[in-house]
Amino acid sequence: MNLNLDFATILERWPAFLDGALLTLQLAFIATLLGTVIGVLGAIGRRSHHPVVSRICGIYVEAIRNTPLLVQIFLVYFGLASLGLKFSAFAVAAAALTINVGAYTTEIIRAGFDSIPRGQIEAAEGLALSRAQIYWHVVMWPAIEKVYPSLTSQFVLLMLASSVTSQISAEELTAVANYVQSDTYRAFETYILVALVYIVLSLVMRAGFWLLGLVIFPRRRRLGTPL
Amino acid sequence: MHQTLNATPQSPVVSLKNVHKSFGPLKVLDGVSFAVDRGEVLVLIGRSGSGKSTALRCIDRFEKIDSGEIVVCDHRVSDPKLDLRALRQDVGIVFQSYNLFPHLTIEENITLAPCSVKGVSKAQAKEQARQVLAQVGLEDKLHQYPEQLSGGQQQRAAIARSLAMQPKVMLFDEVTSALDPELTGEVLKVIEALAADGMTMVMVTHEMGFARGIANRVVFMHRGKVHETGPAAILTSPATPELAQFVGTGL
Repeated sequence: MNLNLDFATILERWPAFLDGALLTLQLAFIATLLGTVIGVLGAIGRRSHHPVVSRICGIYVEAIRNTPLLVQIFLVYFGLASLGLKFSAFAVAAAALTINVGAYTTEIIRAGFDSIPRGQIEAAEGLALSRAQIYWHVVMWPAIEKVYPSLTSQFVLLMLASSVTSQISAEELTAVANYVQSDTYRAFETYILVALVYIVLSLVMRAGFWLLGLVIFPRRRRLGTPL
Repeated sequence: MHQTLNATPQSPVVSLKNVHKSFGPLKVLDGVSFAVDRGEVLVLIGRSGSGKSTALRCIDRFEKIDSGEIVVCDHRVSDPKLDLRALRQDVGIVFQSYNLFPHLTIEENITLAPCSVKGVSKAQAKEQARQVLAQVGLEDKLHQYPEQLSGGQQQRAAIARSLAMQPKVMLFDEVTSALDPELTGEVLKVIEALAADGMTMVMVTHEMGFARGIANRVVFMHRGKVHETGPAAILTSPATPELAQFVGTGL
């Protein structure tokens, strides 16, 4: 066995890898942000007393959780194309990832909402807060604090899964790798490097979420205890 | 804050007339009537399952009644078109399990409703939070979180949170049942002080000694009915064998 690794050729292409990594982060950032919004709205919808609303949200969650991400990406990609709508590969990738992570986020946040004791809501009702005020002040923040670890893992998973969007030639990190390895014939080295970059991106995201947690959960910052 | 008086000074702050309520086949309230005048302290006692907590919760419309009439501070609680939030601005309620919001400081717990419901300014609400906390002896806990407080302190903070909404009547639902005797004492002292200040109150309690000391009127509930009612003296000289047995076993 003769393992002959040559990283020099690969490392020469660092600007391309950097661009790819930044695009991956952008995709993750957009999908995390919009996915959180969808997740909150979806969780409220799933808990709605309106059967149509909760049914629609349930179907969305189940449809996404029971189909492969790649198929979802193709559905968005070819769906938009067949409607005659032209979007960049980046936009399609961001949309598909958002739709995907929104479903998982809905389930996670719904579990958080369900974990808020009935007594908390009664106390808020007794203080004459409106439904919207109760959701915002009494349900949502503690719920998100409780599920924050699951939520952030989901977003890191999403960032890793965004590699699949290379299939519709969104120029993220894996697409760059595919291109570099076919150009240099140094496939193993390329993917070793890319794996290391993904690890760095994951660590960056985790650190970011940790810092964000300190900002948005002042109680945790002061006491350090889980809610 | 100006105090809105009732339409007629004589009209009771809380009145229940022939209230019926069932949970499925179980009849919990079977024609319950009582009234509470301004400044009065009414204590509801009875065995578990006698309907006393349900009666209390109906006053704040946490339970909907099947028939009868409830009027609280001129709000017709039994009316389907009731303005629920207006009712609840006039009624403060404190629960057995405190239910402070765990992610907010005591100050934030107290200022939340005045700011969001009444539109009180932040500065004014904070000043008020200091006042109500002083009233319950917790002025030094303003910036603590609920989990940093003992059970008794949490319950006092919950009372302060209700007081900040300047209710016209306070409801207490077994507020000391989760506390040991020492902590119970500190919570009861706060409630006594409120009564001395003339707050109208309805409370469900198992503390018979406390009930004797504070009640203007005692309502003994038995099997969903008001079985015996009268001044606190009925606790020491009950007229019905059921109340005699209840206070006998309760002491």
